[in-house]
Amino acid sequence: MHELAVTESVLDIACKHAQKAQATKVTDIYLVIGRLSSIVDDSIEFYWNIISKDTICEEAQLHFNRVPAKLVCQECAHEYILEGDLTACQNCQSVNIRVLSGDEFHLESIEIQR
Amino acid sequence: MTQNRIKIVENILNANDHLANENRRRLSQHDIFSINLMASPGSGKTSFILATIKALIADAYQIGVIEGDTAPVTIDSDKINAAGMPAVQINTGGECHLDAVMVENALNQLPLDALDLVIVENVGNLICPAAWQLGTHSNILIASVPEGDDKPYKYPNIYRGLDVLIINKIDLLPYIDFDMDYFRRGVEILNPGLRSFPVSCTTGEGIDDWFHWLKAKLS
Repeated sequence: MHELAVTESVLDIACKHAQKAQATKVTDIYLVIGRLSSIVDDSIEFYWNIISKDTICEEAQLHFNRVPAKLVCQECAHEYILEGDLTACQNCQSVNIRVLSGDEFHLESIEIQR
Repeated sequence: MTQNRIKIVENILNANDHLANENRRRLSQHDIFSINLMASPGSGKTSFILATIKALIADAYQIGVIEGDTAPVTIDSDKINAAGMPAVQINTGGECHLDAVMVENALNQLPLDALDLVIVENVGNLICPAAWQLGTHSNILIASVPEGDDKPYKYPNIYRGLDVLIINKIDLLPYIDFDMDYFRRGVEILNPGLRSFPVSCTTGEGIDDWFHWLKAKLS
């Protein structure tokens, strides 16, 4: 639902770093997004094609690296990957769990021409 | 022409988070405690704020309210003004959440020197507000009983960032199929040890415990 605002932030960050590097064109943008972030790739692509027009990032290809949600049980130290719904520890049923990965939400790098 | 890969590693919402930190610093400088109040539409956010204002007025506290709505209405801010407190209405123009820029603009319109507490009533939504920091000191969610006991499982992100959970409309528990143990188990997975207050804004049940917690934060 908030993909437009997110896409605008991606564009701002990419343009800022491209200008700093004196790029003439940005060809690729690499995003790292954890599974726990509620973002729809297709919506970002859709907005991207519209808002990147006439910028240094026009026609840049977006790449999504989706990081799985990895959890660890604080009671029995069992580590597991969240596949579907949120569940208690699959080993001991404890609800005392911690998220190890899956919250990532950053622009990792850009590929530029100059 | 050369092709280069440039490493960045910047949080996508970095600009918002930075401004949120500025808002928090500004509120703290004015000795103001602030709350980002989130919930679904119809959970009782405005009633909860009005009940809180009524309780705090007795102790001469001054409260400013920032009301976020997706349409140009002043229904909520009118109610706050009628209760004798300043309110700023934000129309997000269809956006599904408030962000730090909107809150910064609203803070410019409040008499910060005179206030003890600022409550930001976020847009009624359980998804988007979770991602956008506003710069308040405390993230609070109202979950109301008629919404159902499965909400922590369906909207995990909003529960993970909470400081306090208000369970509202508990006077309706006898009439609604709401399994409190199932609900609390979902909350516990997402946010172990989360402080929660079961209340009814209609009957007043449980609400004194909330006032007690809040007053301790204000003093």
